[in-house]
Amino acid sequence: MNNRPIAPRFWDRFWRLANPKVFMGWSGRLLPWIAAAAALSLCTGLTWGYFLTPDDMRQGSTVKIIYLHVPAALMAINGYLLMFVGALVWLIRRQHVSVLAAKAAAPVGMVMTLIALATGAIWGQPMWGTYWVWDPRLTSFLILFLFYVGYIALWAAIEDEDTAADLTSVLAIVGAVFAMLSRYAVLFWNQGLHQGTTVTVADGAKQENISNVFFQPLLLSMAGFGLLFLTLLLVGTRMEVRSRRLKVLQARERME
Amino acid sequence: MIQLFLRDIGLSVRSGGGFGLALIFFLIVVTLIPFALGPDQAALAVIAPGVLWLGALLACLLSLDRIFGLDYEDGTLDLLATSPLPPEAVYIAKAAAHWLTTGLPLSLAAPVLGVLLNLNFETGKILCLSLLLGTPALSLIGAFGASLTLGVKRGGLLLSLLVLPLYVPSLIFGAQAVRLAAQGLAYDVALVLLSAISLGAAAILPLASGAALRINLR
Repeated sequence: MNNRPIAPRFWDRFWRLANPKVFMGWSGRLLPWIAAAAALSLCTGLTWGYFLTPDDMRQGSTVKIIYLHVPAALMAINGYLLMFVGALVWLIRRQHVSVLAAKAAAPVGMVMTLIALATGAIWGQPMWGTYWVWDPRLTSFLILFLFYVGYIALWAAIEDEDTAADLTSVLAIVGAVFAMLSRYAVLFWNQGLHQGTTVTVADGAKQENISNVFFQPLLLSMAGFGLLFLTLLLVGTRMEVRSRRLKVLQARERME
Repeated sequence: MIQLFLRDIGLSVRSGGGFGLALIFFLIVVTLIPFALGPDQAALAVIAPGVLWLGALLACLLSLDRIFGLDYEDGTLDLLATSPLPPEAVYIAKAAAHWLTTGLPLSLAAPVLGVLLNLNFETGKILCLSLLLGTPALSLIGAFGASLTLGVKRGGLLLSLLVLPLYVPSLIFGAQAVRLAAQGLAYDVALVLLSAISLGAAAILPLASGAALRINLR
C-alpha cells in the first residue's frame, strides 16, 4: 500500500549512517553519552555485585567473579558475531565503516575472550580444583581466541588496505562457520564440567536458575560490558577512519 | 582444469617438488614420539591414534604454501586468471592435486607407521579409512588458507596460524574415530561426521577461495 515507498527510504537513511563523514558526526556526538552510561552501569553493577550481595551458600565469595566472567564471555561471542556482520556488509555493500568496525571489534573481542578465560581459570581453581580442564566450553573459547588472533594477524600482514579488508572479511565468514563447527565438535569430543546456560532471558520470563539477588547486578554489569564494548568499538572505528584520512592527506601532500 | 591438475601432480612428484618430504616428515614425527614419551608399549598404543592423526595433519601443513606460492611468484597464476578457467576451478584442481600427493600417501603410510607405535592391524585399517575421509578437508582448508595469504611475503607462519584452528573439527572427529575403534566401540558416527566436514568444505570453500584468489590477483 502506501507504506511501500517508506521502506526503501528508511534503508537509504540507514545506510547513510555508514557514510564515513556522517558516521564521524553522529558517533562523535553519541560517544560521550555511551561512555558515561558504560562507566555508570559498570561502576554500579560491579560495586553492587561485589559488595552488596551475600556470599553463595556453597561457593562462598568466589561466586562474585560471575560479574566479570559472564558479561565478558557474552561480549567475546557477540564481538565475533559483529565481525561477521561487518564483514558481510563490507563484501556486499562496500561500506568502509562496517569493515573498519569489524577491524576495531577484533582486539576488543580478543581481550574479552581472554578475560573470560582468565576469570574462569581463577574461579575454577577453588571450585573444580584445577585452573584448566579440557571442557567443551573452555576449549571452544580457546579456539575462538585463536580465530581472533588469526584475523588480527591477517589484517596486520597485508599492506594494501582494501585487499586486507576483502581477505579478512572472507576469513571472518569462513571462520564463523568453522567456529560454530568446532563448538559442536568439542561437545562430541568431551563431556564437560562447565555448567549449562544459567542466564536465560528468553520469552520474557527468567528461569529460576539464579536468585534475583545475584541476577539484577549481573544484568547491570552485562549492560555495562555491552556499553563498554560499544564505546571501545566506536573509539576504534573512529581512529581507523581518521588514520585512513591521514594516509590520504599524506599521499596528497607527496603528490604536490 | 584436468591439464592443470596433471601438471601440478607432475611438478610435485618431480625432484624438489616435496612429494616425499611430507612422508619423511611424518616418519620422523612418529620416530620422535617414543623418544619424548618413553618406550612403554602399552602407553604408546593408547596415544597412537592421536599422534598419527596429528603427525599427518602437520605433514599436510608443510606443503601448503607450495600450492599457490610458486605459481604466484613466476606469474603462472596471473596467466590462469586471464584464462577462461574460473578461479574456483583452479582452486579445486590445486587442492585435488595437493590431496593426491600428500593426503593419499599419508593415509596409506599411517597404518605402517602405526606398527611402530604398537597400533594393531584392525585399528590401523580404521586409521587409514579415517585419514582417507578426513585429509580431503585438510587439503581443501589448507588451499583456502594458501589463497588468502598469497600476497603476504614469507606468509608460511601466518598460513599455519590461520589454518590450524580450522583443522580442529577434522582432527577431533578423525582421532576420535580411531580412538573409539581401538577401544572396540562403535566409531561410525565419528567417521560420518568426518566425511561431512570434508564434503562441506568441498561445497563451501571453492567459493571463498575463488573470491580470495580474485581479490589477490586484481
